Amino acid sequence: MGIIQEKVLPATIYKVPGMADISMTTVDFFIDWARKSSIWPLTFGLACCAIEMMAAYGTRFDVNRLGVIPRPSPRQADLMIIAGTVTKKMAPAIEKLYNQMPDPRFVISMGACANCGGPYYDSYSVVKGVDRIIPVDLYIPGCPPRPEALLNAILALQNKIDATSAARRLAKAG
Amino acid sequence: MTAAFPSPAGTVNERADSLLSGPSFETKMERISDHEMLLNMGPQHPSTHGVLRVVLKLDGETVTGAVPDLGYLHRGVEKLAENRTFGQFIILTDRDDYLCAMLNNWAYCLSIEKLLKVEIPQRAEYLRVIAGEMNRIASHLLFIGTFGIDIGAFTPFLYAFGREREMILDLFEQLCGARITYNYVRIGGVSNDLPEGWVEKAKKFVAHMQACLKEYDDLLSYNPIFMDRTKGIGVLPKEKAIAYGVSGPNLRASGVPLDLRKDAPYGIYSKFQFSPAVRQNGDCWDRYMVRRDEIAESCKILEQALDGIVAGEIMGKVPKVNLRPPVGEAYAQLEGARGLLGVYIVSDGGLSPYRLHLRAPSYINLATLQEILVGWKVADVVAILGSIDIVLGEVDR
Repeated sequence: MGIIQEKVLPATIYKVPGMADISMTTVDFFIDWARKSSIWPLTFGLACCAIEMMAAYGTRFDVNRLGVIPRPSPRQADLMIIAGTVTKKMAPAIEKLYNQMPDPRFVISMGACANCGGPYYDSYSVVKGVDRIIPVDLYIPGCPPRPEALLNAILALQNKIDATSAARRLAKAG
Repeated sequence: MTAAFPSPAGTVNERADSLLSGPSFETKMERISDHEMLLNMGPQHPSTHGVLRVVLKLDGETVTGAVPDLGYLHRGVEKLAENRTFGQFIILTDRDDYLCAMLNNWAYCLSIEKLLKVEIPQRAEYLRVIAGEMNRIASHLLFIGTFGIDIGAFTPFLYAFGREREMILDLFEQLCGARITYNYVRIGGVSNDLPEGWVEKAKKFVAHMQACLKEYDDLLSYNPIFMDRTKGIGVLPKEKAIAYGVSGPNLRASGVPLDLRKDAPYGIYSKFQFSPAVRQNGDCWDRYMVRRDEIAESCKILEQALDGIVAGEIMGKVPKVNLRPPVGEAYAQLEGARGLLGVYIVSDGGLSPYRLHLRAPSYINLATLQEILVGWKVADVVAILGSIDIVLGEVDR
């Protein structure tokens, strides 16, 4: 699971006699590796999709093996899974929860309701897509999506995190 | 005595009311007098089973008042029904109470069949009972898992929710292709016949489930810590339960043996031998045990239904398109996993319902919360809330 086992450059290993091996890598690679290996989502279910999200945390699908451990507080979370219908009454609360999360934060919109309103596309009380109130990184289609789809989304999010270069951007900004 | 904090205008109840009006989730905690404060719980709280919000009035550790705030999942399905045809609305009943979607499909179809006065084939009736009882078990398994987590026991979740419930979902997937939202019970019958070898798999599951109940008893039901946290906590007396209109396992836990499958049999329930699970004390432990016993009773019904299933058609004589029930109204109810699940439907002879109303059992069961929470400690709030077993999709509709 570590840098060495993954054998992904730019990590190089130096053998030092009488000492443990030393691994040299870029700051970006290290930060991305740390971020993608411990994505902590907020325990936050809205409707039916939340049951499939729970199933993903359960025994058969076991999303924990990807380093995904649910946290009950937004202050400790990196990822928000919008699992269910976003109503107009709930929208301000979701916005507030998103603002409470520390950077870097990611949002997965799970299911048809969170993507675009889904089967409630013509309801008077449903927000037609959570991307109208907060930025979304990944959309999962389905009503509700299977737990495997959520696992796939987590893997896709890991790839996305891998492609970021936080340190380089910081250096450029001065 | 001079107040250390200026007491705001109005009585405590008025303050609670004003807190509940407007986008007041901003208020996290508010001191209302020297020894009383308002504590906000939800809508994002791991133990509210969805997006329920409860404003608690606390005197130290003791709850002196509780006001549930609903509507965070209000999707307006009753209004949407007026824009859907009769067949189209079945998929929205799936998402109404998403933990026992089969029974919701069934209740809705039952009301329209009452309007149409259509004959349901015997095989379809058997399939409905099998699917419905399996879904009831799945719903109670989720309750056992999440109630354990609420109390602090994580392991039962991995067994009840992650193992046995997944077995039921596998069977449902083979039956109708979906894990949670089935759209299986249709107006006049059911959508699919049993696939090959399904009955044997189902029988195997029922035997496995009956053996697992012993495992749950060892893990959770008779665990001393679990019993300390639930026995005698959150008592709902018989009279109060009846006065509030509570139904389902919550009512049976208070000593009222009302079960529609027994008292007003619909479908073919009069053919089966079973006894409704009843407990006497009405506390959290009894509410848990009634559901545990109901799994055993459902297994009994399933055994009889799987043995007695007859061959034949699975769909009655109902037009597939342009279904126009005659002008009139109908109310049908059945025993859902959470109580009396009723659907009232008014037809004006058109393609879609003129008016539809869902009698959501969890909404009515939730009303007792403001009364039974009073007098208990903060730590008991989660246990009491979990034991009522609400589904917010059904509460808010």
